[in-house]
Order: sequence, then structure tokens, then C-alpha cells
Amino acid sequence: MFFDLYNYWMVIILMMIGLYMVINQSNLIKKLIGLNIFQTSIFIFYISVGKVKGGSAPIFSSTETLYSNPLPHVLILTAIVVGIATMALALALVVRIKKAYGTVEDSELQEQDH
Amino acid sequence: MLEHLPILQVIVPLLAAPACLLLNKPKLAWLFACFAAVISLLISVALLNQVQQSGVISYMLGGWEAPWGIEYRIDQLSAYVLLIVSAIGTIVLFAANTGISQEIDEDKQSIFYVLYLLCMAGLLGIVATGDIFNVFVFLEISSLATYALVAFGRDRRALLAAYQYLIVGTIGASFLLMGIGLLYSLTGTLNMQDVANRLPLVSESATVYTAFVFMIVGVALKLALFPLHLWLPNTYTYAPSIVTAFLAATATKVAIYLLIRLHFSIFGDDFGGGVIQTIFIALGLTSIFVASMVAIKQPNIKRLFAYSSVAQIGYMIVGIGIGTSLGLQATLLHLFNHALMKGALFLALAAVVYRIGSTDRACFNGLAKHMPWTMAAVVVAGLSLIGVPLTVGFISKWYLVLASFQNGLWTVGLLIVIGSLIAVYYVWTLVESAYFGKADAALTSGSSPVKEAPLSLLIPLWLLVIANVYFGIDTRLPLEASASAASFLMGGEL
Repeated sequence: MFFDLYNYWMVIILMMIGLYMVINQSNLIKKLIGLNIFQTSIFIFYISVGKVKGGSAPIFSSTETLYSNPLPHVLILTAIVVGIATMALALALVVRIKKAYGTVEDSELQEQDH
Repeated sequence: MLEHLPILQVIVPLLAAPACLLLNKPKLAWLFACFAAVISLLISVALLNQVQQSGVISYMLGGWEAPWGIEYRIDQLSAYVLLIVSAIGTIVLFAANTGISQEIDEDKQSIFYVLYLLCMAGLLGIVATGDIFNVFVFLEISSLATYALVAFGRDRRALLAAYQYLIVGTIGASFLLMGIGLLYSLTGTLNMQDVANRLPLVSESATVYTAFVFMIVGVALKLALFPLHLWLPNTYTYAPSIVTAFLAATATKVAIYLLIRLHFSIFGDDFGGGVIQTIFIALGLTSIFVASMVAIKQPNIKRLFAYSSVAQIGYMIVGIGIGTSLGLQATLLHLFNHALMKGALFLALAAVVYRIGSTDRACFNGLAKHMPWTMAAVVVAGLSLIGVPLTVGFISKWYLVLASFQNGLWTVGLLIVIGSLIAVYYVWTLVESAYFGKADAALTSGSSPVKEAPLSLLIPLWLLVIANVYFGIDTRLPLEASASAASFLMGGEL
């Protein structure tokens, strides 16, 4: 059961690790690392979905008849690009937060505004 | 040309955005952005006309046949929401030149218009597309632009609000992505109509339910459904006022559109056997009461109306939860009406920020003497928010109460009315301090007493206020459009 669906178990584990980090970490950068792991788990899910058992790479050849599905991989390329843009924007925000507050610890930020 | 309207609706603001960057003069960029927005408004009017006359428009991107290619599909519902987004987006943009002049540095103003147009293109794209993965891409385009727009706020807390929104928004979008992946693994297609056709074949599978939950929770994060609304008050409070007006009137509306699209068009309105309806009604009512009660105590008026937005979203969710054609129509009407009233209210706050630089409750004492037109706008839009007859707010609340009574949900109808009474209280306290409160000494004396807001802000503001009253009396346009959209959705086809 576990080894049959190894990819999918990993997706769930990574997703939970990521979510837990986003919620539990106080450091803004560490939150983002968690967010990244969370997104990566979904990328792995898409890639696993595209795999067809016994299928070869989706490049046309005369000897192969069964191919893996390339569409999820293409989709996830788009999602990866979106993820990079999000991460860049988030890091830029953290840089500005550090400039404005002098810290990137969530608990200290909350204190400063009250 | 005419057959390309569905794609032009999205492409015009999308391409105008980088052009604004090249112009690099705030005034020029603003004029150009307005030009692009007006064109996209005209396109949405033409699309609504076309849909009402000849039915659903299907546009194949690049000539590739659906379901292999990406299809843009404009039906009654999407044409109606496209009109709301482009109309409010355009009117708010008219006010933007003056509105942001005090809040954003001059060298960053042209970038503001780039982001504004990108956000608008993303929102329009979500509504226009018939491809479910395309929805995710456009959602992220609009969201990324929104995060940056929020971070423009003068207060440093705007940065934290943007960061918080980014985290929550990304999780929401990722949940949606996960749901899309699960749906694709089941049906092997991304075209919404195709997915809807194939889902009944696999409806027994637990994966469908998992996909449904992932997608609904993801969208609920985006539309700030209680208890997932915590990002919204900070975002609305610290974002520049113009951005708040734009977001409050369009972004949450598009998320509600997405919820309706997923719930009614893809999964079908009887999916889950009524459980989801009960959850929607319960969460909607909770958000009406909790958010309204929290709104009362807010010392910052912008924050007050942010919480009131959460409450108004509650009304729309209740309408979806009722699940009849009339309930759905009430939701769609409230979509339109809430965009008008919150657009007007937040533009009025933008005028106050322009003159006074703050929206603290104390600043409003006696303000009606100094800014009579702005405060009169607040009164009319406030009445509309409460749901007084002859304003748009009344029409949608009336339909909502009617729908719940018709369905035998007496308590729900009663609770909606009681919820509106709380709105009376918080609008009244604001009006009371503006008209009868004693003005701060700093407001009247000093070298420059506070003056009325400039016309460039007042005209767009009053345009929305007049729309609030006009559509409250001559209700044909929203009623007909929402009725045909609702019956179309309940007809079960996409």
C-alpha cells in the first residue's frame, strides 16, 4: 500500500510539513520556505498523475506504443513559474518589512505595532 | 473583430499594462489606463448584449477546438460579472489620479497603473475563461498584482498586511490547483463543460469529494468567507484607498463568481446531497453577525467597512446556500449592488484620506460641514448598505428574504433582517458624528481649513452613488441579467 502509492504519500507528508511550517514558524523567511515546500508537494502530485505505468517518455517513436501523459507536466511548468513569481514578491516584501521594522520575527512585529 | 470580443476583453488591459510602464509619466499612464479600461467596459457591454440576444458565446483560442484547446466561454453569468468588474474598475480608475496623489510617491505612480490593469486583466480572465487551469493562472495574475498594490500603502503595516494576504492567498490558490489536479486525474480534461459532462460517470469516487473540498476551501480563502476572512480587514485598512475601493468592489465578487461556477456548473447544485448548502447558510449567517458586531467597535472607519464587507459576503453565501433559483438570483443581485455601494463608500473614504490623511473615527466629527458632498455620498451609500427602499441594497435583501421564506427557511429570513439592523447601528454612529459631532479644533482653525474633495474624486464617487439610487428604482438591468443568469445556471448546463 505504502510503496505502491509512494509518490502520493510523499505528497501528503510534504504538504503537511509545509502547512505546519507556514502556521507555526514565527520567522517570515521560514514561513516562506514552508510555503515553498507546500507548493512543491502539489507539483509532485501533478507529475505523479502524468505517469502511465510502463509508458515511455512522450516522444514519438516507432517502437513505443504507450506514452506517459505530458499535459500535467506542462501544466506544472506554468505553476512552477507562478510559484517563483510569488516567492520573489514575498521575499521583496520581507526585505521591505525588515527595512521598516528592523526584524522579520512575527512575534516582535506584532509587539511593535501595539 | 466582433467574434474576437471574448479574448479582447482580457487582452486589452493585459497589453495596456506594460504600455503604461513604457509611458512612465503618471498623468499619461493614467489617461492611457482609463482609455484601456473604457474600451474593456465597452467590450463587456457588447458581450452582455450579444449573450442576451444569441446565447452562449464560445471562443476557441488560436482556433484550437475545445476540449483540446483553451476555450473562452461567455454565458449569462460571466457576461454579467464581466460588466460589474469592468464598470467598477473603470469608475474607480477615473478617481485614481487624484486619489493616489497623496498616498503614493510620484515616481511609483505609473507602476501603480500597471499593477491596477494587470489585476483587472486577471479578474476579467477568471470570469471569461472556460478552462479550469486558465482560472488558476488568471487568479495568480490578479493576486500577485493585488499583493503589490496593497504594499503601496503609506503605513508600514501595509507591508505586513500584504505579506499575510500573500501567504493566505497562495495557500488558497494552491488548494484550487490541487483540486484541479484531482479533477484532471479523474476526467482527463480541463475544459469546464467537459469536466461537468464527465463527472457524473465517476461521482461515486471519493476523489471527487476531495477535489470539491480542496477547491471550495481554496475559493473560500479568496472570498474571505468566515472563518477564513482574517486577511481581509488588514488588507483593506492599510491598502491605498483607491486600491481598497477597487478590491472591495471586484476581487471578492470574482471569487464568489468562481464559487458559483464550481458549485453549480461543474459539480452540479445537488452535489453532496444538501450538506454543503447547510454549511453555506450556517457560515454565511455567522459571518453576517460576527463581522457586523466586530464592525461596530472599530475605531478606524476603513476597517469598519472592511468588516462590513465580510458581513455582506455572508449574505451572498446565504443566497448560494438556499440553493433555489431565487436564492441564486439574490446572490447575483447582491454581487452587483454590493459592488456599487462598497465602491461608493470606499471612494468617499478615499476623498476623506485625500483631505485629512486619516480615517479614524475622531476625524469624522463635524466633517459634514466641511465636506458636504462626500458625507452626503456616505449617507446614501450607507442607506444602501442597510437596505433602505429606493436604494439597490433593498432590492437584493428583499430577494434574499423572499427566497428564504419561499423555501420555508423562516429563521434564516428573520436573521437576515436582524443582521441588517446591526448595519443601521454602525452606519448611524458614523453619520451622527459627521453631522452632529463637534468638530475638532484642528479641522476648523489653522492655516488651511479642510475643504471639499476635488471634483476629480467627487464625480466618480457620485457616479456610483447615483447608480446606487438609479438601480434601486429602475431595477430592470440587474434584475433581468441576474434572473437569466440564475435560471441558466439552474438549468444545469454550462
